[in-house]
Parts: sequence; C-alpha cells; structure tokens
Amino acid sequence: MKSAQDIFEILKEKFPEEVISITTGKPKEDIIDIHPLSINKISFFLRDSEVLLFDNLILLSGVDNADGKKKTLPDGSFEYENNTLSVFYHVESTSLKHKITLRVTVPVDKPEVESVSEIWMCADWHEREAFDMIGINFLNHPNLIRILMPYDWEYGYPLRKDYKNPEFYAGMKVS
Amino acid sequence: MGLLDTEFTQDSIVLTNVDDLLNWARLSSLWQVGFGLACCAIEMMATSASHYDFDRFGVIPRPSPRQSDVIIISGTVTLKMALRVKRLYEQMPDPKYVISMGSCSNCGGPYWEHGYHVLKGVDRVIPVDVYVPGCPPRPEALLEGLLKLQEKIKKESMVKKTV
Amino acid sequence: MLKTEQMVLNMGPQHPSTHGVLRLELELDGEVINSVTPHIGYLHRCFEKHCEAMTYPQIIPYVDRMDYLAAMYNEFGFALAVERLMDIKVPERVEYIRVIMGELQRIASHLVAVGTYGLDIGAFTPFLYCFRDREKILTLFEMTCGARLLYNYIWIGGLSHDIHPDFIRYTKEFIDYFKPNLKELNDLLTYNKIFIDRTANVGILPLETAINYGVTGPNLRASGLRWDLRLDDPYSIYDKFEFDIPVGQGWHGTIGDCWDRYYIRILEMEESLKILEQAIAQIPEGDISSAIPKRVKPPEGQIYTRVENPRGELGYFIISKGQLQPHRVKVRAPSFVSLSVLNELCKGHLVADVVAILGSIDIVLGEIDR
Repeated sequence: MKSAQDIFEILKEKFPEEVISITTGKPKEDIIDIHPLSINKISFFLRDSEVLLFDNLILLSGVDNADGKKKTLPDGSFEYENNTLSVFYHVESTSLKHKITLRVTVPVDKPEVESVSEIWMCADWHEREAFDMIGINFLNHPNLIRILMPYDWEYGYPLRKDYKNPEFYAGMKVS
Repeated sequence: MGLLDTEFTQDSIVLTNVDDLLNWARLSSLWQVGFGLACCAIEMMATSASHYDFDRFGVIPRPSPRQSDVIIISGTVTLKMALRVKRLYEQMPDPKYVISMGSCSNCGGPYWEHGYHVLKGVDRVIPVDVYVPGCPPRPEALLEGLLKLQEKIKKESMVKKTV
Repeated sequence: MLKTEQMVLNMGPQHPSTHGVLRLELELDGEVINSVTPHIGYLHRCFEKHCEAMTYPQIIPYVDRMDYLAAMYNEFGFALAVERLMDIKVPERVEYIRVIMGELQRIASHLVAVGTYGLDIGAFTPFLYCFRDREKILTLFEMTCGARLLYNYIWIGGLSHDIHPDFIRYTKEFIDYFKPNLKELNDLLTYNKIFIDRTANVGILPLETAINYGVTGPNLRASGLRWDLRLDDPYSIYDKFEFDIPVGQGWHGTIGDCWDRYYIRILEMEESLKILEQAIAQIPEGDISSAIPKRVKPPEGQIYTRVENPRGELGYFIISKGQLQPHRVKVRAPSFVSLSVLNELCKGHLVADVVAILGSIDIVLGEIDR
C-alpha cells in the first residue's frame, strides 16, 4: 500500500515531462495532474508496474471547471470564455489496496484527451458518457458516440455550465 | 351494473343493453402492457404481486401491446423514450386506455425544472385517461386509479360512437 | 453455395425481462450470439444536472430515485460523502439505525433480484413469494418514515426521524419470520433442476475480465474475489459486526456463472440477517438529530466516497467550491459498469440465455442512466 506522494514520486521519476504536479492538503483527496496526451502511457504503467498494479478504474468523470470569464449574452443566458474541462480518474489496486486520483485538464476549444479504454475496459462507457455530457474528445476511442442522450442530439453537451436547452426536440416541447 | 348479483336458475334470461354488456366485459378484464419505466414500475410490480393482487380486477400483464387494453405509464418518460411510448400506444388495438402513474408521467414531477431530457408529462405525446398522483403512488393509489378507469369505461357508449 | 448473413435482433426497450427500459441489439448467427450492443439512456433523468442546481439536503430525494430498489443505501452513501467532506461525526445511534436500514434494504433489493430472476427464467411462483416477504420489509420502512419505496430518511448528519418504539420488536419478528422463508425459497427455486440447467455454466465471468471491467458487488464476488467494501474499505460501523463474505465456488458449474451470481445473493441475505441481529442487540440510546448541520456548506475540495450497495460499489464523487450547491456530483453506478460487461458474457451463447445472463447481473436502469 502506497500513499499518493509515493506514487507521485514513482511516476515523476519515470515520466518527468508528462506528470505535472501533485495537489495535496486540500480536503479530501490528493490529485496528480497529468498531461492529457500521455494519460494512456501513464495508465499502462500504472496497471502493469509490479509495485503499483492499478488493475481497476473505479470512476472516470468529466468536469466543467467553469473557471473562465463569465460573459452575459443579450438574451439573459451566459457563456464562459477560455474555460477548461477536466477528466478525473479514480484508480485502485484490488491486490495492493491503494488508490489514487489523476486529473487531466484541457481547454474547452480543443478538448482532446487520450483514451484509456484499451487499458481498463470499463473506461469505454465512462468515456462515452464524459463525451456525451461534457464534450471531451477522447482520441483513439473505438466508438465515441453519445451514450445517454439520443444519438441525434445536436444541442450541445448538457453538463456544461453554459448549456442551453432547446425548445423542441423531435416535435416535442422540452421545457 | 347488477348483472350477476342475482341467482340464475335454468333457462333464465338476462335483459341488458349492448353497451352495458360490452362495457362490463371490457372493464372486467383490462389487460395491461407489461411495461415498466422507472421507480413507479416497482410499485406496479408490487401491485400485481401477492400482497395487492392486481389479478382480482382482471388486470394481467401481457408482454405485447397488441394483446392489451390498457397501458400504465409507470415512471419518467424521457425524450428518448417518448417516441417509443408513442409507438407502443399506437400498436395497441382500440379501445385502449392510458393510466399515467406518478408525478413524472403526469407533469415531469421532480424533474420539472432542470430535466433537460425529461418529457414534462406523457400527455404531450399520448392521451391520458386517468392520472394517478404520487411519487411514487402507493399500490392502493394505483388500484384507485384503475377503479376510476373502470367507472369511466362503464359510462362509455361504444355503439353510438361507431355509428 | 449457401448464402449466410448475420441477423440483427432488437430486444427492448419494451421487453418484460430487460428490467426496465434497456435496448439490446443482438447480432446473431443462427441462434448463437455474436455480439450484444446495449443501448442505454432511455431513463436518463439528468440527475447530475439537478445536483448542480440544488443544495446538498435537496439532493437526497433525487438520490433515492437513482437506484430505486436500494434507496436507503443511496442516501447512506450520499450522506456519508457529504459528512466526510464537512468532517461531521454522527452519533452512534444514527450509525446503527443506518446500518439496520441498509441491511434491510439489501435484503429487500436482493429479494426483487431473485424474484424477478425466477420470472425471467420462467418460474412465476418465487416472484410472488419474494414480494410477499419484501412487503414485510417495506412495512418496517413505512413505520419508520412513512414511505414505501423512496424514503428521504437518511439526512446529512443524521436521520429525519428516530425509529418507531416498536421497530426493534417488529424487526426481530421479521428476522424470525424470514429465516425459514429463505429455505423455502431455496427449495422452490435455487435447487430446482430446471433452474440449475438454465443457469449453471451460462454466462461465465472470469475474474480477470471482471476486475478489468470494474465489475463489483455480488457479481465480482461470484467470480471468486473476496472483495466487499464493508470490510475492504470500512465505513460507518461495519467493523463492529461479524459476518462472512460469500464467494462464488462454482457450486453447480464454473466459478462466475449465472447460478453463482444468483446464489451469492441468497447467501448475502443470510449474512445481512446476521448483521441485523447483532445491530439490533447492540443499538444504543441517544439523540439522532444532534449532528445535523443548520447549513450544509462544505469547504472547497473534492471527495470520492464509496459504499457497498446491494448491486456493488456505489460511489459519489463530489466537487465542492465552497457553495451551498455542489460544483459537480458524479455517481459511480454499479449497474452501469456491470452492464458494460454484457457483451463478454453473452458471446457464443444462445438467444434464450441472454435473458438468464441479464437477469443474473441484476441491473437497475434508473442507476445506469441516472
């Protein structure tokens, strides 16, 4: 069983460029920040390294950080400028019983993150959900289509903070 | 109705009109589409299971809409599902009835305000005969809704409608 | 030359044994399944969007509606997550009541799982027996908080009401009543020859696949890993009780087949009864509302908290920005993950087995779609 700090040091030694930093002290979890285009390499290492053995991806969640400049539009709605999106990975080892949270952050204009669905199979659906809800584009994902919303939904990504609901969908009044 | 509350002896004759007879026959064997949507479907299952026993009102779940008389919309209708619900309803043979069970299918319920993917009331896609309020309605409430539907059927006149 | 082609068969969203509004697209070679594609989202009720617009105590009713067969446990998990975020220590009596409610809920949920599984396979009677027993549990819940299915009972820092003065007595009566009924259920369904033939050696989930797909709960334990968050990542007061964790042993076939997954649930009900007995004997007196905060406003930060829901690992990932509403709540739904493994389970089996396999992983669509 290793602490987040130990795991960070192992990763930093192996991938000095790609592992950016560790955030500690804030309640309640320590987060290791990773470069979005190397998350798959690091995930392979996390799973296959004998001292880490992270065999289980518990949760993959997309988050709209809403840290950009809020701009109010004439019709009363608002949108964010220079916003960022994040993806959180909670991984754990069922044999060594340690867990860790990884985070990648991407700008909203170019939300590209490498897919980890090859490494942990359950990431396939989690990534589709993050794409569906937040609009994160997972590169090299085998089948990146909407999962919860209708396949022909073209009104944006509902969990973005500046999402606006359409008035009608397929002839039905929505709101 | 008063059809079967007296004792019949051999060669008796019952006088009634066609409406009453047909209505009585129809309201006593309302077959429902075996179709559950959300939380309310669990209460619907509980209603048809041993404790509340839907069968005694002649309600039997049928797996196919083409053999059913009544559809119980038991739960939240989402936009993705609404088109399917409509199609199911259209597949049912006439005369057909709809019971909207629970707040969600009545009006959107707790998902009224922020539910970007929830249809705010199933009556936006299909006509509803009886609304059963509650989140979820108790099985007794669903039974009451069914009795209300039976009352409604009792007053119908199918003969005049078709002429 | 014979011309062969694959047939695509659509199953659902209206289908008696998809346990809700799930649509499966089966690609068939004759009667043999080549692949299964689940299409979900027919019950997507925007839970996560609601969380961002509601205050923390307001979210609890929505949490109920996610996994509507285990509403108590969903509340338990959510309350636990917010309490950890705010460093609230709840009174011991509250912990005991939560565990009692949670375990009762587990039995109720497994009863539905077992009953409807029999229904899927073609045995109608066990369904009626299971629902008869489940009604007794629902009566206990109703006595406590007035609701049968969705409770809003476990609040952040406490409970909405204390238990009824007669609750302990009635729960004891229920335990005594229910124990012989489990044997009855075994006689009716579990050891039925037809049932075993339909489920043993069907839908085998190897342990490595299960872990790689993130399958948890009874499905993972049936594949042979002793992994239960009540002991492996202890929360609340589960470390005070003695109970076993049943693990699949391939009783009638291979480890991790449908029969194992089914039987694990029966065994877990027995274990839950053990916990209930101990909890009822030890429950202390005390105030249940002393730790309920006046205003729920957690500090900035994020937390992932998980509990062992009847279906597996239920996790809440909450990001707080120090406001009354959470910035983001993401739910790790056990059924969502279990369903994604369906394709692996069904490959090479016959069409008729899809229903048996789907029933054995015990999904709740409300939680998959949220």
